[in-house]
Amino acid sequence: MPAPLWEVFIRSKRGLSHNHVGSLHAPDAEMALRNARDVYTRRMEGVSIWVVPSAVITASSPDEKDSFFDPAADKAYRHPTFYSIPKEVQQL
Amino acid sequence: MTLVVAGAAAVYTLRIADDCLVLSHRLAQWSSWAPTLEDDVALTNIALDLLGQARVMYARTAELDGTGRSEDDYAFMRDEREFVNCLLVEQENGDFATTIVRQLLCSTYQLAQWQALTSSTDEQVAAIAGKAVKESAYHRDHATDWTLRLGDGTEESHRRMGSALAALWPFTAELFESDAVTRDAAGLGIGPDPDALRPAWDAYIKRALSDATLTVPETTWRPTGGRQGLHTEPFGYMLAEMQHLHRSFPGVTW
Repeated sequence: MPAPLWEVFIRSKRGLSHNHVGSLHAPDAEMALRNARDVYTRRMEGVSIWVVPSAVITASSPDEKDSFFDPAADKAYRHPTFYSIPKEVQQL
Repeated sequence: MTLVVAGAAAVYTLRIADDCLVLSHRLAQWSSWAPTLEDDVALTNIALDLLGQARVMYARTAELDGTGRSEDDYAFMRDEREFVNCLLVEQENGDFATTIVRQLLCSTYQLAQWQALTSSTDEQVAAIAGKAVKESAYHRDHATDWTLRLGDGTEESHRRMGSALAALWPFTAELFESDAVTRDAAGLGIGPDPDALRPAWDAYIKRALSDATLTVPETTWRPTGGRQGLHTEPFGYMLAEMQHLHRSFPGVTW
């Protein structure tokens, strides 16, 4: 029986959020974390790792794409385009 | 302090470099053969850490022995009898359990050694040790994790870990042997007396094995000789494989 699948999220530096980088197999969470360290951070990609069992992720379905996402397409007033963002703000 | 062995410091650093290189090559032999992709990467990462440690220790050895030899000269141009690694690191990979047991025994030793070397009177060695401590700590964690899972895993994994331990345990006695070289190195403050590393090693290994429901084998056989260049049979084959490309095409790069 293959080991369970885990999704790996890595924070590349302080202040940024964790991003999904890929997945891997591991028998348990501790081993998943170590495997993630070995597979995904060997070139200094991160300062923090999350691993999440793939089985607990509830994903939106491609079939629902239209009802989920299309209605947002013509709602320009939801974008904060009327504010000017200070140059000093690097990450927003 | 009078030196008993000419160039004791260089021989001492060479032993550490050889331990790292040989263990590195053994782990590299797992490349594309490990049970899972994840551990394929983990074992070869550890191999690369050890190769890095070997390289800087060869570079330091070349300064200490005054020969100015290159890292490649040490790795590829010496014959079996000139290698002074311990016998444990050269033992064959066997099954995954054997590799994990060897790694647990070696990493625990190397970590204790690097920790002691951080206060070496040789400033370069101390600086190298400061970086290597972090790497070896991870190697030991990795091996400990697997030891726990395999020892306290299935009937088969427990049996395999037991056989691996029985086969490799006799080779651990050599790690703590003293001779003129280690006594000179200790006298000069370059490195620890090997025997001083024993209590910490014993304590850690015994706890790791007992957590993994494994027991320390009873044995009186204590093979030795690696530090004098007398190696076990598989080592020659390993060197032949490791060195043949460099010797067939001298100076080859890629």
